[in-house]
Amino acid sequence: MKNRIKVLRAEKNLTQGDLADAVGVSRQTINAIEKEKFDPSLPTAFRIARLFGRPIEAVFQYEVE
Amino acid sequence: MIKAKSDMKTKRRQVLGKLAVWTLLWVLTEAIVVFGHKELWDGSKWITGLSLGVNVLIGIGMVFTYRNLMNLLDELERKIQLESMGLTLGLTLVIGLGYSVLDITNMIPWDAEIGNLVFFMGICYIACVLINTRRYC
Repeated sequence: MKNRIKVLRAEKNLTQGDLADAVGVSRQTINAIEKEKFDPSLPTAFRIARLFGRPIEAVFQYEVE
Repeated sequence: MIKAKSDMKTKRRQVLGKLAVWTLLWVLTEAIVVFGHKELWDGSKWITGLSLGVNVLIGIGMVFTYRNLMNLLDELERKIQLESMGLTLGLTLVIGLGYSVLDITNMIPWDAEIGNLVFFMGICYIACVLINTRRYC
């Protein structure tokens, strides 16, 4: 699943640690999501989208493999 | 939200501390049963049974504390733990039974001790956690 977290994070001037603290996961988890090595659960994806003030589809794009 | 995360970190540290205490107690009581049976109470069966009961109860406490720690992990950390535990369980079953067969068929000149299996489990689990953590991070 593709995502725009890195770009949105840069726009808001947030570090991975800041985002992790705000979402309630570890910094390693944010890093893994950003690098698309790990797909977050639906609640985590919604929390991330809400934090950036965007709809979930503006942050995450599902790709058929 | 940041305060909640900080509380979570504090709670995780507390549970980790509790787990360390439970583990230490479990190892100590295990040692007391093994050495005490011969050296301290001269083979008295009821004292051995009682101390073994205490050891098992502490072991159960340790397992439940470990479960509490798992419940405090986030989704990726849980996935890493789950994959590591699954691999460790499977490999221990396969290698353990193979090792036992080696003993039964006298392919090895020594007895297959359960301690060897526990050692293998520990090494396997640590290696799996390290490899999986590296894979996702």
